Amino acid sequence: MIPLPHPAPSDYNRDAVHIDFLYWEGCPSHEEALGRLRVVLEEEGIDAELATIHVSTDAAARTLRFPGSPTIRVQGRDIQPETAQTSVSGLTCRLYILDDGHPSPLPSAELIRRAVRAAAERSEKEVEA
Amino acid sequence: MTLATNQQIIPFALEGVDGKSYSPGAFPNARALAVIFWCNHCPYVRAWENRIIALGREYAGRGVSFVLINSNDPEKVPDDSFEQMKVRAREYAYPFPYLFDATQEVARQYGATRTPEVFLFDASQTLRYHGAPDDNVDDAQAVRQHFLREALDAVLLDRPPALAKTPPKGCTIKWR
Repeated sequence: MIPLPHPAPSDYNRDAVHIDFLYWEGCPSHEEALGRLRVVLEEEGIDAELATIHVSTDAAARTLRFPGSPTIRVQGRDIQPETAQTSVSGLTCRLYILDDGHPSPLPSAELIRRAVRAAAERSEKEVEA
Repeated sequence: MTLATNQQIIPFALEGVDGKSYSPGAFPNARALAVIFWCNHCPYVRAWENRIIALGREYAGRGVSFVLINSNDPEKVPDDSFEQMKVRAREYAYPFPYLFDATQEVARQYGATRTPEVFLFDASQTLRYHGAPDDNVDDAQAVRQHFLREALDAVLLDRPPALAKTPPKGCTIKWR
């Protein structure tokens, strides 16, 4: 089992959106992607608990079902599940398909924004219920 | 050790997806030769693919040849097998040879580490530019520095490119 640097359940901020940012340092896109994620969270005013997870071995990649670097999971849900599902787990760069259909090694700010907004809205509904 | 600016091209003899064997001598009249380490699966390659195809078509009429070389281990990345290279070249109508470096020796000799990674040679097959295709993989419309295009224009004018080297940006070559 690969230990994840997540906080213990008792340490979670229940109101915060939990985000896992998984990366492999062999792919150069993670710093820019993490920067985009942070900018989006700030612009949206979303209270998030962000865990950055370095995936460094093939075994860890398989265990984490890591479809390539960078991968962002918001409340456990991949921000682009359709491209995650078509990728084989491993230490490689992640392919994203942008809104205009172009391939990219980086998720767009809009893709990240949609995912965190949807998660924040789900959290609000759960609190209200 | 990476091939350095002003060094001569390193010979290779590799099979292309068209079944022919290619070496630097196959382009005796090229005014410039772009050797680009490439593959199928890498999102950086995919993002730059249409730009490289367009550049290859645009400069073909000016005596420039492009050659793509895939050195990835297909055991690690099945999408980069020779059979899949044929599929990719056909699907995208590559206007240049796409070669398979099955032993990975060519990548090692050149010191290539990434895909894509450009080595641009002049008419005397001397290295004039090494690095990335341009400065924005993510957005073709937002490119500010067209490294390869500017290097090609300089070489065709028999001048040294303003930038002889930029950091290659892309996926790592998948070694055995």
